Amino acid sequence: MLGRRGSLRFLAVPPFVWLILLFVAPLLLAILISFRGERGPLDFGNLQLSTAQYGKILDSPSWVRLLGTSAVMALVVAMTATLLAFPIAYFLAFRARHRAPIFLILLLIPAASSFLLRVMAWKLLLGSGGAINSFLIWIGLIHEPIGLLLYSQAAVVITLIYVWIPFAALPIYAALQRVERSHLEAAADLGSGPWSRFWRVTVPLSLPGVLATFFMVFIPTVGEYVTPSLVGGSEGIMYGNLIQDFFTRAGNWPLGSALAVIMLVLTLALVAIAVRVVDLRRAVA
Amino acid sequence: MTAGTGADRRGAIGVGNTPLPLGLAYAAMLVFLYLPIVLLAVFSISSNTSLSFPLKGLTLERYVSVLADPALLGAARNSLVVASAAATAATALAFAVSVAVLRFRFAGRRLLLALAAAPLLVPFVVLGVALFLLFNLVGVPRSLLTVALGHSVVALPYATLILLSRIGGLDPALEDAAMDLGASYPTTLWRVILPLVGPSLLSAWLTAFIVSFDEVALANFLAGGDPTFPVFLYGQLRFAGRIPVLIAMAMLMMIGTIILTLIANRLRTRND
Repeated sequence: MLGRRGSLRFLAVPPFVWLILLFVAPLLLAILISFRGERGPLDFGNLQLSTAQYGKILDSPSWVRLLGTSAVMALVVAMTATLLAFPIAYFLAFRARHRAPIFLILLLIPAASSFLLRVMAWKLLLGSGGAINSFLIWIGLIHEPIGLLLYSQAAVVITLIYVWIPFAALPIYAALQRVERSHLEAAADLGSGPWSRFWRVTVPLSLPGVLATFFMVFIPTVGEYVTPSLVGGSEGIMYGNLIQDFFTRAGNWPLGSALAVIMLVLTLALVAIAVRVVDLRRAVA
Repeated sequence: MTAGTGADRRGAIGVGNTPLPLGLAYAAMLVFLYLPIVLLAVFSISSNTSLSFPLKGLTLERYVSVLADPALLGAARNSLVVASAAATAATALAFAVSVAVLRFRFAGRRLLLALAAAPLLVPFVVLGVALFLLFNLVGVPRSLLTVALGHSVVALPYATLILLSRIGGLDPALEDAAMDLGASYPTTLWRVILPLVGPSLLSAWLTAFIVSFDEVALANFLAGGDPTFPVFLYGQLRFAGRIPVLIAMAMLMMIGTIILTLIANRLRTRND
């Protein structure tokens, strides 16, 4: 008979093996390939590692600038989505009472619909023959289509904010639900007003959820290439499009890997810093 | 302070009642979220060739053409197969991770938990190219299998979070009781734990299914000549003439996903 202890290896080993083979190994392989000087088949007996690809990237101001642009775009999308989602989550947690579950489902239905469909919706809304322009012309507000709506950084940012808002409300809502009502009552009894209770009790206690939301939006956005290719045009391309290009059309895997590794390292560094900052605040509170 | 005013104030707190019209903000948000989708739905049954006003007439032609498009239906079928396989793998692994982490102390426990959540921290384009390189190195041709393997990894964190919270809420004494009565641990998991977490297991499966079913950034690197529906859609979207039919199909798929989401949500809330 298999005892409790003996069962452990049947529970722990399969996920370990799965994740090492399909998550850790590929990332390590990408790192290894990023340190190769040239293209061509990988020979483990004779690796000839070099930092040539990284040198090439640092010598290309336009690529470095694109990384900066993508980081700023992701920052804008993540911050806006978080700011817009907070009042919604607050409403669900504190105001909606017994109707909260149905209100939550209503919020999640758009999130459950196809990602590409929602991106397409904005392409068709913003296009020069699209819904916004043709509607404005139809009601007589404008006579010529406004050209700048689609194929811009703004189109990418608006579309991604739209895509992420429903998901963004979830971690904040979960954090607000965990705020002890007695803490707020204690603050009120000690003479704290509604705004001071909000800023000094509710907001600090919801910070882990706010941070989770921010990264839930930031990480997929910083690596986006699908949305920019559909609504961004040449103005709105992102760093992810560059990576994709080196694996498809340009076919330079070492260079593409180096670009991907840079993004991975910067993303993980940002997460590590943020987690440290918020844990610190929680320790102080 | 008298007891009376204390009670009044507590009533007024309602936990942080600010004078802001938050209900209005919520309603405005719903309009913002639904309007584009409703416009697409209208477009899918209008006879205009682009999404523009005024509408010239209504037609179900696009929905009929969907049924006559073997490539479209084939891609949809592929997505069903991939998402089912990825969800099954992710849920089984998430169950193993949850039980191991919650019920055992062992070296590598924290590492296992961190690894199971880590795919959330990696941009899909990075994991996509990394898996692309790996499958290329070991000589596995890109196919529905490689997409499903990739999706099992990115769906794992979601399934794990759902099952961790459910199994974490179970009383460990139930397992002790089963084992005191002579059940082996696998039997205990099978006959006691699984039935108790059944609805959450299904909820985790449906969530993983939806993650995979709608995923394009990773699948785009891993699909071979036989695409999943999002990959097919992504490839076809640059042909303007195809857009109305594609939107009709995406609408049908969306209705399916929404139903699954409602079921997953219902199961999770009922089970907790």
